[in-house]
Parts: sequence; C-alpha cells; structure tokens
Amino acid sequence: MGALMVIFSIQPKERRKTTGRLNDSVEDELELSTVRHRPEGLEQLEARTRFSRKELQILYRGFKNECPSGIVNEETFKDIYAQFFPQGESSTYAHFLFNAFDTDHNGSLSFEDFVMGLSILLRGTIQEKLNWAFNLYDINKDGYITKEEMLDIMKAIYDMMGKCTYPILKEDTPRQHVEVFFQKMDKNKDGVVTIDEFIDCCQNDENIMRSMHLFENVL
Amino acid sequence: MAAGVAAWLPFARAAAIGWMPVANLPMPVAPAGKNKRQDEMIILNVSGRRFETWRNTLDRYPDTLLGSSEKEFFYNEETKEYFFDRDPDVFRSVLNFYRTGKLHYPRYECISSYDEELAFFGIISEIIGDCCYEEYKDRKRENAERLMDDQEDNKDAKPPNMTCRETMWRAFENPHTSTMALVFYYVTGFFIAVSVITNVVETVPCGTSPNQKEVPCGERYTVAFFCMDTACVMIFTVEYLMRLFAAPSRYRFMRSVMSIIDVVAILPYYIGLVMTDNEDVSGAFVTLRVFRVFRIFKFSRHSQGLRILGYTLKSCASELGFLLFSLTMAIIIFATVMFYAEKGSSSSKFTSIPASFWYTIVTMTTLGYGDMVPKTIAGKIFGSICSLSGVLVIALPVPVIVSNFSRIYHQNQRADKRRAQKMQKARLARIRISKQGTSNAFLHSKRNGLFSEAPEFTQLPYKMNLSEQSSTEEDQRLNKSTSLLESQHHHLLHCLEKTTNHEFVDQQYYQQSYLEAGLQNYPSRSPSLSSRDGVSGTCCTRRSKKQHAPLQNASGPAHMQPLTQVHAHPRGLQELSTIHIQPLSTSRSSLNMRVDEPASLNCQSSQITTAIISIPTPPVTTSDGDAHLRAGPAHQNVVKVSAL
Repeated sequence: MGALMVIFSIQPKERRKTTGRLNDSVEDELELSTVRHRPEGLEQLEARTRFSRKELQILYRGFKNECPSGIVNEETFKDIYAQFFPQGESSTYAHFLFNAFDTDHNGSLSFEDFVMGLSILLRGTIQEKLNWAFNLYDINKDGYITKEEMLDIMKAIYDMMGKCTYPILKEDTPRQHVEVFFQKMDKNKDGVVTIDEFIDCCQNDENIMRSMHLFENVL
Repeated sequence: MAAGVAAWLPFARAAAIGWMPVANLPMPVAPAGKNKRQDEMIILNVSGRRFETWRNTLDRYPDTLLGSSEKEFFYNEETKEYFFDRDPDVFRSVLNFYRTGKLHYPRYECISSYDEELAFFGIISEIIGDCCYEEYKDRKRENAERLMDDQEDNKDAKPPNMTCRETMWRAFENPHTSTMALVFYYVTGFFIAVSVITNVVETVPCGTSPNQKEVPCGERYTVAFFCMDTACVMIFTVEYLMRLFAAPSRYRFMRSVMSIIDVVAILPYYIGLVMTDNEDVSGAFVTLRVFRVFRIFKFSRHSQGLRILGYTLKSCASELGFLLFSLTMAIIIFATVMFYAEKGSSSSKFTSIPASFWYTIVTMTTLGYGDMVPKTIAGKIFGSICSLSGVLVIALPVPVIVSNFSRIYHQNQRADKRRAQKMQKARLARIRISKQGTSNAFLHSKRNGLFSEAPEFTQLPYKMNLSEQSSTEEDQRLNKSTSLLESQHHHLLHCLEKTTNHEFVDQQYYQQSYLEAGLQNYPSRSPSLSSRDGVSGTCCTRRSKKQHAPLQNASGPAHMQPLTQVHAHPRGLQELSTIHIQPLSTSRSSLNMRVDEPASLNCQSSQITTAIISIPTPPVTTSDGDAHLRAGPAHQNVVKVSAL
C-alpha cells in the first residue's frame, strides 16, 4: 500500500515537469503572438513607397484594425482572403500570395511588407508589376516558371471559382489554360518561361497591358 | 463582408494583378470610387453624448441604419452631426460592433431595452458574439417565460366560436377557465381520494366474525364497499369518455400516459364484474385489485409537483440507470464474497449466492434487518466493507438526481431545452444565411451591377438616350443596393471570372447544367446568364455563339418549365425565380462528385425564393441597331476606354 502511494506521488511530479515544458513552449508561443510589431516611421515609409502620407495613414488604420498585433501570419491571411471569395476555396492561392508578399520569408507579413507590395502593385511601373507577377508564379523563386508551377497556380485560381460555375469546370481546364499560357509565353519552347520572355510577351499583349492599369485607382 | 476585411479589399484588388498575365479575356472596368469622401469623420450625437468615427467604419454594414442612407434622416444641418434620441449607453455596444465586428451584450443592460436598440439600428441579434450569446439567450428566455406566465394569468377572454368539443377540452386542460370546469376538477379529485381511501380501509380488520377470526372491513360490509367502488368507477368512466370525446386528437390522447393510467384504474372493476361468477379465477381477480391503487396516480393531473417529479425521473434516466448498474455490480460482488466467506460456518443462512443478495442489499442501504448475519471473521470483515461501500455507491448518483430535480423544477419544462436546441440550429442557420448574402449579392448584382458602371462611360450617342430613358427607380434601386465597397468587391469577382473564363452561378443553375451536360454532351443551355457578358471586341466567335442563345432559349423553355418561370418582359428582361444559394467552399475534387447533386433537383417543391433576378437578354451589337441594353456596350467600352 505504501509502495502504491509512493508510485502515485512520483508520477504527478513527472507529469508536472513535462507540462512545465509544454507550458514554456505555450508561453513562448504566446509571447510570439503578443509581440507588438511597430512599423517604421511614417517618413521612412513615405520615402520607400510611392504612397502619400494620407494614404499610408488609411492603409495602416485598416491594417491595424484587422491585425492589432501588427503582423499577419499565414492563417489569418488565408481567412481574410477567403472572405472575398465566398464561393470557392481560396487558401491555396492565398498561400502563394502570402509567399509573394512575404519578401523576407519570415513567415509573417508586417505592415512594411504589406505596404511595399501594394506600392509595387498600385503605383509601380509596368516593369515592376510584371516582375511581381513573375515572382508570384515562380513558386520556388529560381527564376524560371515551369509548367508544374504554373499548373499549381492555375489550379489555385480555379479553386477560387468554386464548384458552381458556368460552364462546368472540367478536370483538365487548368491544364489547358496552362498550355495556352505556355504557347503564348514560351518563345523558345524550352518548357520554362524566363523573366525576359514573360515581360516581353506581356508587353506585346494589349489586353494584359490594359489590365495592368486597372487597379490604379484602388486607394 | 465582415468589418475589418473591408480594409483589405484594396489589397485583394491589387493582388488581382497576379491574374492578369494569365487571363485570356479583357478585364471589366473598375467601378469609380468616390475617393474624396472616404476619409471623412462623422459625428454621432446620441442624446448629448458625442461619438466620432470614420464614415468607412459605418459603411461596413450597409444593411443597418448607420451604414445606409437611412441615417440621413437624422442629420442635423445646423450642427453638422447626426442626432439620435436614444440611450447612449447601449449605443456604445452598437458602435463597437461597427468598429470591431463583434456585438457584445452588456450584462447590466435590460434585455428588452437592448433588443429595442438593436431593432432601431437595424442589427439582428444573432450576430452577438459567442462570448455574450449564452447570457443573452438565457436572459431572453427568462424574460419570455415571465411574460408568458403573466399572459396565462390574464388569459380570461375566451375566443368566440369554439365548438362544444373545444370548450370541453379547454375546460379539462385548464380548470381555471370556467366555474363548471373548476367544479368538475374538484369533484373528480374528491372521488379519487374517496376511492383510494376506500381501497385502504377495505383491508383494515374491523370486528370479529362468529368464528373468532378477524375479518377485514371489506368482507364485513361488502355491499357498502361495492357501492362505493361502483360509484367511483362510474365517475371515472364518465370522465374518461368525456375526455376521449373532447380530445382534439383521439389517437394521441389514447396513447398519453394519463389516459393509460385512467384505463388501468378502472379496468379491474369491469374485469371483476365479468369474472365474478367464476370461482377458479377469483384468485386472479383478487390480484387485479392491486391495480386499483393506480387511481392515486390520477392525482398527477391535479398536482404540478407530481408531474415535475415524473419529468425528473424521466430526465435522470441515465443517472438512475448508472445508479442501478453500479448497485447491481456491487451487490453481485459482495454477495459472492460473503457466500464464500460464510460457506465454512455451520447453520449459515447464506445458502446460495442469490440468497446472499438479500443480505448485501440490506447492508449496502444501511438497513440492517439482522435476519442474516455473518458469523465467521472473514464474513464480518467483508460485511463491514460492504456496508461502507454501500454508503459511497448510493451517495454518489443521488446528488445528481437531486440537482436535476431542482433544475427542472426551476425551469419547469423539459420542452424548453428542446426549444433551445432548435434555436441554436436556427441561429446558426440565420448567420449562415446572412453570410450567404455575399455570394447572393454578387450574383444578384452581376445581373444588375453593370448598369451602374455603364452610364459613366457612355460615349456613343445612342447610349446617352438610353440612360435618359432608363427608369429612375431602377437606378435608385441599384445605387442603393451596392455601396462602393460592394461594387469593388463585385468587380474583383468579375475579374476572376474573366481570368478563368468561367462564371459564378448559383446552385440551382449549376445543377441544371449538370443534368443537361449529362443528357447532352454540349451544354447548350444557359440562357441568359452567360449571354450578358463575355462579349468582347476581339472574340467574335464567342459573341456569335452567344447571340444564338436567346433563340434557343425562346424555343427551349420546355426543359425549364418545371424549374423556373420565364416571363417575357417588355423591356426584354427575363426573370427567373431562384432558389437560395449555398456557399460552397468545396475543393475541386468535389467536382467529381456528380452523383449526389441531381438528387436534390426537386426544385419544383422547394418554394424558397430569395431573389427575383432580372436577367437581361443578350446584348445586341450596335450593328443590329437594336438599342436594348447598356450591358453590351459596357463591354465594348472595355475595348475603347483604355488606360485610365
């Protein structure tokens, strides 16, 4: 009986140690999430981006409202993006988008990342915008867009449409779309699209050029 | 769209640039923003307390008072603020809802005043955040019950034109409604008491018979008791028959517990009448008399407490079951142990294990009759362990039952819990529906939305005529229904459609086209939905295909008849009534799941129509000279109006 009591009293202590370790890691996580990220000053941001002071103010207010801690992690980002596409499944595309915005690849988006990205997209030159788009498509950032990467991106875009579409989405619609894309872009038919091919081709395409200016009045 | 996400819309639109190089079709025109007004501060004066906020913040929820143009009614020109003559304390919660997207219910607030404020500001109470929702619902339920109790007390007015049958039923169920009912109530109660007392007194020994044996009163005064019994049974029978006659649903009444008790209470008498002459079964007849005691249960119609006790026992069925089960386990264990412990001793009463059950039960419930007592030392030890554990095993489930009883007694109805569960489901359904509003809104404005964009870009003369001709009410309706945020969001979705060259459609339409695709390989239908857009300056073949669509449509409503109704509108608009849309966040793998969908295609029976969607007939090109719709030229504007 006494032995039993001893054994029972030992076990909780061990468990406490392990839960202690767990607690530590939980605390670490808590610390990480409660880290307040303060962006650099308004002047520096104004210098680095093409936004005016007022625009930066508006952007920051909206940003901070949604993410009081000052940084966005991928989950939150996916949630936010999903609100815009209620009918489809936008998390894959959101993932690619997150990687494209997260230029320093630290797993979270700070206000600087956010605003730098927006500056390119809304106020950049055509060259910069196309560069950004290329960066988005090039998933492994090796400077080449392969068919597989493009297929992933295409599937992600089609996922956002959801199921109820007209005409009905078939299995190989993305693949066909990728074929069309590569036919247009891949000039030397080597199976990959480089940045120069991409930019050249886009600059020669009227539709694409026009649509690049579409969102300039967003802010 | 939720609150803060509105702030991310510019980001989502900017990110749409990622689709551009991939798209094969030109993108639609972006809606013009009234940029200058965006960064404006609004002052809300609520009974003297001033709240200030951005106009954007209020615009997040355009279907509430503050988010729509309804607040203009409260605008005070002199002070340049919006004045509301309402409670400023509750307004805090309302305004915080706009700011944070979560509605909180302050505990100190009266539930009905809070509800009134919510109703005034056009906010549905279902979106109260989870942190406060339980509290809110509890308070609301309490309040409703209190009001209902008050109402029941005041329910004197008898609705006119009740048939005799209904009157009788009402009198039976609610004795306070009329004097007759009250009299009947007390008379039956009296006779139940008399009957029960009679049954009891019947068995009391009174007096001696000549052969020095005590006889019970029942045998001494047989006739008297028989008359009493007959009278009671007659009253009960008449009562039962009257209830049966008055019951709105006789089958349901016959199945109810009370009626079964009634029947069981009077049956023995009739069986006794029938069997009285047969001596052989008189033994059985005597047994039947036991059932007469069931008459006491008839009191439960008269006592609320008894009914609650019954409900408690029913609701604690699991705890009672647990109690019984654990007791049984303990009894068997200890009985076995005692039997084997006492096996050795001579003249032991523990002759078998079942015989030991009696000892175990008596000991565990701490009765201790003393008719069976262990004699060996081992037996005594185990006997004491048995009695100690008995206390524990019985003491554990009992508080649960007690607390259950008290809870039910306070809540008073088991049906309330069931109603609450239904409300929870209903609440989730309502929230889902309000969220579906987003996808609904897009599809809805897809049909109408382009109207709002076109007038600004009209350059061709005939278009100007058209915009003048357009009915102002339609314009107003459209302007009211889409705020800037919404139109930008819809533009974004439209760009996605263009990128992928597919369109968003609603569930019903999708199922239709699935069936069609199944039947014919070429999905030829699709009437008016696709015909509207997709007309581009560069894609001639596509345009011509779309032009054929209306002709097909005209000839082929035969398919559509059971599902939709197509009316020819003077202005060339067709209206389809649609079924409501489920937001599908399904992955592409579900595309392969064809089998389930068509099963739900019995749209004929489903009468839910959420929107009457006006669908324009396909845009005819200018070459046809048919200046029908502005939708068409909007696309031509994509060609003409180039870089902004």
